[in-house]
Amino acid sequence: MAHQASDTRASAMGTSVTTESDSAGQARFDELIAADQRIEPADWMPDAYRKTLIRQISQHAHSEIIGMQPEGNWITRAPSLKRKAILMAKVQDEAGHGLYLYSAAQTLGVGRDRMTEDLISGKAKYSSIFNYPTPTWADMGSIGWLVDGAAICNQVPLCRASYGPYGRAMVRICKEESFHQRQGFEILLHLSRGTAEQKAMAQESVNRWYAPALMMFGPPDADSPNSAQSMAWNIKRFSNDDLRQRFVDMIVPQAEVLGLTLPDPAIRWNEERGHYDYGDLDWDEFYEVLKGRGPANAIRLERRRQAHEDGAWVREAAAAYAARQQASVVERIAS
Amino acid sequence: MSDTSFKISVGEALTAEQITAQASKPTDAVARYALRLGDDALVLAQRLGWWIARAPELEEDIALGNIALDQLGHARSFLSYAALAWDKTEDDLAYFRDEHEFTNVQLVEQPNGDFAHAIARQFIVAHFQFELYRRLTGSSNDMLAAIAAKAVKEVDYHRDHATQWVLRLALGTEESRRRMIAGLGVMWPYVEELFEDDELVTSLGDAAVPPSTLREDFDRAVGAVLAEAELDVPQGFVARGGGRRGVHTEFLGPLLAEMQVLARAHPEATW
Repeated sequence: MAHQASDTRASAMGTSVTTESDSAGQARFDELIAADQRIEPADWMPDAYRKTLIRQISQHAHSEIIGMQPEGNWITRAPSLKRKAILMAKVQDEAGHGLYLYSAAQTLGVGRDRMTEDLISGKAKYSSIFNYPTPTWADMGSIGWLVDGAAICNQVPLCRASYGPYGRAMVRICKEESFHQRQGFEILLHLSRGTAEQKAMAQESVNRWYAPALMMFGPPDADSPNSAQSMAWNIKRFSNDDLRQRFVDMIVPQAEVLGLTLPDPAIRWNEERGHYDYGDLDWDEFYEVLKGRGPANAIRLERRRQAHEDGAWVREAAAAYAARQQASVVERIAS
Repeated sequence: MSDTSFKISVGEALTAEQITAQASKPTDAVARYALRLGDDALVLAQRLGWWIARAPELEEDIALGNIALDQLGHARSFLSYAALAWDKTEDDLAYFRDEHEFTNVQLVEQPNGDFAHAIARQFIVAHFQFELYRRLTGSSNDMLAAIAAKAVKEVDYHRDHATQWVLRLALGTEESRRRMIAGLGVMWPYVEELFEDDELVTSLGDAAVPPSTLREDFDRAVGAVLAEAELDVPQGFVARGGGRRGVHTEFLGPLLAEMQVLARAHPEATW
């Protein structure tokens, strides 16, 4: 188990003991990063790189898992059987994304139980966007179009992330996310072209999700402390503000096709920059939600905690049964 | 009886949309038969869908979600076919019928309870549907045969999933065994109803499968798993049934109210 060995070494490094093999490892690592090559689980890597990845990948996994709830909220009430099937498949995809991301994080030497505990205890973060509620069906459209749309802008560059298991997981995830975004767009298009009530439902929902979706890219570059190091390590490829601009440029014409407006009077084409200008965002709200004072933080964590605790006896039973099966195999071989 | 000119080979993907576009109109009796099978699958899918993001582990969120999706797929096929007889759509049937018009068996509407309840229900339903669909592939009605041919492969997996969990829970820990026995006890009163023949089924001849003919194989398959799990076949209460005639337990009303609420709030809308 290479990752366990390097964990021990990493903690030794914390006491400033640098061995010869560390120097060689660092040199090899630097070479790979400079050549834009992949770092694999068995490779030597700096402790801080490993920690950054564990934090980022597990946060990403947690976001997928918590993100199942706001949409799962509408599975039982989806207004047509076709929409119900699509929504169920989508939420199930999110569980699958969580699973491969947890697996990618596990290659760095952290266990799934530990990550789950950190999520439930509130120690680990997840994307703040999922702390917003989904009171209407149109939110299934807005989440797909805006939230998954922003996620794609963030995640496509991650397919080239320097850590191999993460980059490869992202390739698969991005394929499914782009499908989800089209589904969300299609839900809104249908509502927008439907009855007056449906159109109003779509507009009201887009009004609520627009700013939180823009904030998904993280604080402005000037206030983003971890970005520079992540970019140097080829984990992050573009700055928060660059990605946010890319997203705005994508959704403004799409909103026109939808026949819906975006709730920002400052949006206008800037010929000189070749981009759409947009207004300032309320970062106080962002930090409030991040600190746990969002509309649904407590609900989301409580639901995860409850599912985990309610399922404890099932996991224990599965483990006991597996141990019993294994013992009986050993017995059979011995006899 | 063969009232469809539409022939689809076994294993070919068959979607609700294809059925609506291509199948010919079934007789009223065939439609009522398809409706009951569709109602079983729809109500079960609705129950199973609740588990997504609530399962004991991530792998089970995915597994139960998959099973729910399969059941929803079967429901859509049966309902789309039935709807043709009455110039309706699958959604008219799912969203705009009242409780007494639903003809599912009472077992599928039973509440989720804990994971052992859900597994007990799933264990019974999956074995029942497997025996039913296996025979329905030989239906003289080509469309019912085609839907069953697709469904039976999926239900075979559901059967395996439920069987594995019955074994794990029954032979896992003391607590899981106690809960598995309790779950089976809660669901078993609804087993009898699954195998009752009625006039509709008899009138359909070779197009339908009389449920009474499934009982022996069901008992054998289920009995073998329970024996391996060191469990007795539950004895005790037998519910009066009546689901096929629109008689339901107290649990179906709230399930439908939730499922239908948005569609009924906007009866003129499409989604």
